[in-house]
Amino acid sequence: MSRPVRFNIHPIAADIKEAVGVAEAPEGYAGEGFFTTKLSSVVGLARKNSMWPLPFATSCCGIEFMATMASHYDLARFGAERVGFSPRQCDLLMVMGTIAKKMGPVLRQVYLQMAEPRWVIAVGACASSGGIFDSYSVLQGIDQIIPVDVYVPGCPPRPEAILDGFMKIQDLVGQESIRRRNSEQYKLLMNSYGIE
Amino acid sequence: MTLTNDSIQQKLTAQFGESFFTFSEQYGMLSFEAPKDQNLKVLQFLYDEPTLAFRFLTDICAVHDPEQPGKELSVVYHLHNLVENVRIRMKIYTAIEDPKIFTATRLFESANWMERETYDFYGVNFVGHPNLKRILNVDEMDYFPLRKEFPLEDQTRIDKDDQMFGRG
Amino acid sequence: MTEHLQHIQLPEGSIEKQTTTLNLGPTHPATHGVFQNIIELDGERIVSAESTVGYIHRAFEKIAERRPLYQITPLTDRLNYCSSPINNMGWHLTCEKLLGVETPKRVDYLRVIIMELARISDHLICNSIVGVDTGAFTGFLYVMQYRELIYEIYEEVCGSRLTTNIGRIGGFERNFSNTAFTKLEKFLKEYPGVLKEFENLFARNRIFMERTIGGGAISAERALNYGFTGPNLRATGVDYDVRVHNPYSSYQDFDFIIPVGKTGDNYDRFLVRNEEMWQSLSIIQQAYQKIQAFKGEEAEVYHANVPEYYLPKKEDVYTKMEALIWHFKIIMGEVEMPKGEVYHSVEGGNGEVGYYLISDGGRTPFRLHFRRPCFIYYQAYPELVKGGMLSDAVVTMSSLNLIAGEMDA
Repeated sequence: MSRPVRFNIHPIAADIKEAVGVAEAPEGYAGEGFFTTKLSSVVGLARKNSMWPLPFATSCCGIEFMATMASHYDLARFGAERVGFSPRQCDLLMVMGTIAKKMGPVLRQVYLQMAEPRWVIAVGACASSGGIFDSYSVLQGIDQIIPVDVYVPGCPPRPEAILDGFMKIQDLVGQESIRRRNSEQYKLLMNSYGIE
Repeated sequence: MTLTNDSIQQKLTAQFGESFFTFSEQYGMLSFEAPKDQNLKVLQFLYDEPTLAFRFLTDICAVHDPEQPGKELSVVYHLHNLVENVRIRMKIYTAIEDPKIFTATRLFESANWMERETYDFYGVNFVGHPNLKRILNVDEMDYFPLRKEFPLEDQTRIDKDDQMFGRG
Repeated sequence: MTEHLQHIQLPEGSIEKQTTTLNLGPTHPATHGVFQNIIELDGERIVSAESTVGYIHRAFEKIAERRPLYQITPLTDRLNYCSSPINNMGWHLTCEKLLGVETPKRVDYLRVIIMELARISDHLICNSIVGVDTGAFTGFLYVMQYRELIYEIYEEVCGSRLTTNIGRIGGFERNFSNTAFTKLEKFLKEYPGVLKEFENLFARNRIFMERTIGGGAISAERALNYGFTGPNLRATGVDYDVRVHNPYSSYQDFDFIIPVGKTGDNYDRFLVRNEEMWQSLSIIQQAYQKIQAFKGEEAEVYHANVPEYYLPKKEDVYTKMEALIWHFKIIMGEVEMPKGEVYHSVEGGNGEVGYYLISDGGRTPFRLHFRRPCFIYYQAYPELVKGGMLSDAVVTMSSLNLIAGEMDA
């Protein structure tokens, strides 16, 4: 589904007739005055369209995040209007930028302070795997210390790529089972990182 | 009278003696080597002398050259005279066994962190520094990483295959 | 009644303590970048502050000893990542000084355009973030749209938005296309109005003035002793600008003034950066006119004629013998590198970015050291905030334009 490249210099009026998305109701059985569906679908729908991200911006990817949050590539239209800096109040930890070994314990502590359910997105090559910095002082990927849900590659990733990663997080959030955080598998995952 | 490399050279030899320094000129910048324990005297002279007036410290860094026995580590000062717009470079050589150099923090405040960085990377011990501890690396690190004998990569990493990177 | 209180162990001297210790830690909305401040507060007044850096130390200088000269450009991008083209150009100029390469005038003027665009981009972020820290989010959102125009120009020239890796030793990788010049014209047409509106939002805004005047002031002598350079030094009244004092890339052909402040406080820094953006705009316009004056063959020049260091075109590599040999020699490192040491500096967004390069004749540098202005002037932060309020400390931090990548390298 390619379209011709558009430059900002000769703006074409956007064709938005099919481009406006409306959140669809989950599948269920409806009747007069009632609607039954799975609890996880409704909760997932509400959660995914109102994520509160915590931008953990350390370096260059942080500047691309600022561009994503700004008006051109607006992140707020996905529901992430309120970015918070307190981990106690946020759902999504967006790690953007290189994490050095000195910063590792700080990141881990921020992750531990977040309340369940929490998701982590590693934006950029440095957060995913150390990036171009294969050196003694850089942590080769944040998944050495915290579990990650979505990786966004790029150095730095374009704002569209960050938005794509965010939409994948939204897919994960929308389809997550209510029981996931108490399940055996999740406990094993946490134990493998040394988190109780 | 304008400040040229020759006039700086003349003034320095007039003050400190003929065989004190070794001068060279690299890409237009006068570069000289001074003895290790005289570095503060030379810096003070360059600062105070009204015609020289090198009152801006641009940079301090160190170089490790394992090929020169007895002179492996060198600390390089870049100074700048903002009024006449002249730059010079001063080098202090020291052996790697016990690198002790007097600190320049009393003269230039900017030398504080620059010397800490030099200590962090090369282990140069600045005598008289108010707070000589590691600045950029983790505090628990027990070696000086930018010396030539240490590798760049972290040897304990498990996800990068050295064979694929041509470093098997 | 009070038996249960005997189990509480209070730290030594905590009842008598007069000051609170606050950790403005590496993750904090106020720290734009990762650096830490441990502040001792007496109520709202700051008694002392201690800074810690190194939370994003990536060992650039050690990595650079492994890479040939043309592969170090991506590393220099990530120093001051808000204005990466200036770092790139500074590195190319250092290499050209070492190798003895003379660039033609058209290349110099193109470089000036790219560097001044980067300077505008850096100052826009700094000034709008000072606005955000005093509570005004609108300015940030408004000017970020026009930074997108600058990003589009970079994209057209080199393919990337932020970490540009623009240029090669001796010039550019390709000639600027007509689209690039059209985008530049669009920028030059729309941007002055935007900057005027942004200036009107803050410069005589009573709330902004009361928040910023007086905070984080420093005198010129202390600033010089601390090694300040760039807009922070010019705000104290010293007109030291590397573009004027050690001109590089034909800056002597351009006509611009150096704005200076008086007291070196946050308001002066804001105004100096604002005025510098106007001057950069005027330099870009002059450079664009000079480039349009080149006609015919001269208008196609985009790199110096140095086959030893500049990769030949791919069509020539596949068809001509000489180009193939040069290509092989450059990539495999068989080219003669002079031995020597060179120090070159350019005027970055924050001050004098210096490159000290020692070459031993091999393919990779023997030692490369970056003189990073952020690292050097951040030492003065405790002195700047002492005696002020906590909210002033936050505004001072953002008005100094501290970029963590440049601080830690």
